[in-house]
Amino acid sequence: MREIHVDEITAAVEKLCVEANGKLPEDVKVALNEAVEKEISPLGREILSDIVKNYRIAEEKDLAICQDTGFAVFFVELGQDVRITGGDFNEAINEGVRRGYKKGYLRKSIVDDPLIHRKNTGDNTPAIIHLEMVPGDKIRITFAPKGGGSENMSALRMLKPSDGAEGIKKFVIETVRQAGPNPCPPIIVGVGIGGTMEVAALIAKKALLRPIGQHHPMPEIAKLEEELLEQVNKLGIGPQGFGGRTTALAVNIETFPAHIASLPVAVNIQCHAARHREIEL
Amino acid sequence: MIKPITTPLTREAINSLRAGDKVLISGVIYSARDAAHRLLFEMIKRGEELPIELEGQIIYYVGPCPAKPGRAIGSAGPTTSGRMDLYTPLLLESGLKGMIGKGERSKEVVDAIVKYGAVYFGAIGGAGALLADSIKESKIVAFEELGPEAVYRFKVENFPAIVVIDKDGNDLYKIGVEKYREI
Repeated sequence: MREIHVDEITAAVEKLCVEANGKLPEDVKVALNEAVEKEISPLGREILSDIVKNYRIAEEKDLAICQDTGFAVFFVELGQDVRITGGDFNEAINEGVRRGYKKGYLRKSIVDDPLIHRKNTGDNTPAIIHLEMVPGDKIRITFAPKGGGSENMSALRMLKPSDGAEGIKKFVIETVRQAGPNPCPPIIVGVGIGGTMEVAALIAKKALLRPIGQHHPMPEIAKLEEELLEQVNKLGIGPQGFGGRTTALAVNIETFPAHIASLPVAVNIQCHAARHREIEL
Repeated sequence: MIKPITTPLTREAINSLRAGDKVLISGVIYSARDAAHRLLFEMIKRGEELPIELEGQIIYYVGPCPAKPGRAIGSAGPTTSGRMDLYTPLLLESGLKGMIGKGERSKEVVDAIVKYGAVYFGAIGGAGALLADSIKESKIVAFEELGPEAVYRFKVENFPAIVVIDKDGNDLYKIGVEKYREI
């Protein structure tokens, strides 16, 4: 048994919160710069250039890339040979969020209950923690702050197995079309196919963590990703929805076995500020 | 061509703007998003005096990051405007002339923009660091208890935006997408 103290987890989370909100992953930067070259709409090109300028300013001046520093979403792979010592694991993560969002001058965007009071919790907690137990004696923490604007444009549908790939394509394209300018295009489209309702949604979100340009290991699914990206970019929405060919930078699909009766599909939309960062303890 | 405009917005300035025009806004603008809109809406309904003067003004749909020491404000890009649609026609009726945000507006809002002669500007969503550079001063003037949803008074210089919906109801989202749509 390897022991990891909660203070170590809190310190790691604090650092992740500050760093992820200030610096885009390299693959996203590359994709944005390539999009500037490829976009055919003059206004679209200008907007993409400003988006590139924005992440550079954020890095230089130590500012958040986007003011919506999101719901603090964590994917934690906890090694089964790890013993957490010194306190409550969930509280350790929440304390890291509290400290990171204060230290980084990040926006606190969470209200205490969704319907009745909607009072800001003041420290961006609680975090959303997806915990998975894995072999080994390490903890891998991935932090992906999720903005409200793009999350609001996401959707889920329980398709019939007979709907097949065509049904999935139709649903994904319709979801992106309806989202239009709202989720701050260019977007990344995370698609979860299979499992139960909640698994489809979860793997759609996990799909957003996959580097741009990397495809699903199954060639048929990889082809579906490419086809969907091409179709989505024919919608004409373009950068910020002002028209153009760069509506999405990538379509990433994750799959999971399904029930004989079901074909669940979830579409999780991510804005161009596709922030995530990970650490291993 | 980029048009410089100042606040409060004059009738001439609004009349000169067309969907697709790029503008640089200077002067005072106010922030307000979901919670502040609901409160302002309720105050107008009750006939109370508002904490901000709406006549000729621009509201920026934003919930900024806190300011680091030495800066006027943290990252401050636009939020999705559609969530304010329910409240917007009454604000326009009460004298509001401009809005800065991102995303589509309802038919009711477009109709009110035309009826009251207003304009809807788009700023680049997700470019909060870039946009914050144009905000030179900030001060909370109402609803401080709402945290990032409080109403700020911003002094802006050359704040970059694009006319999305002009006073005649022309909509850049529709015009732009139609030009590049292939399916």
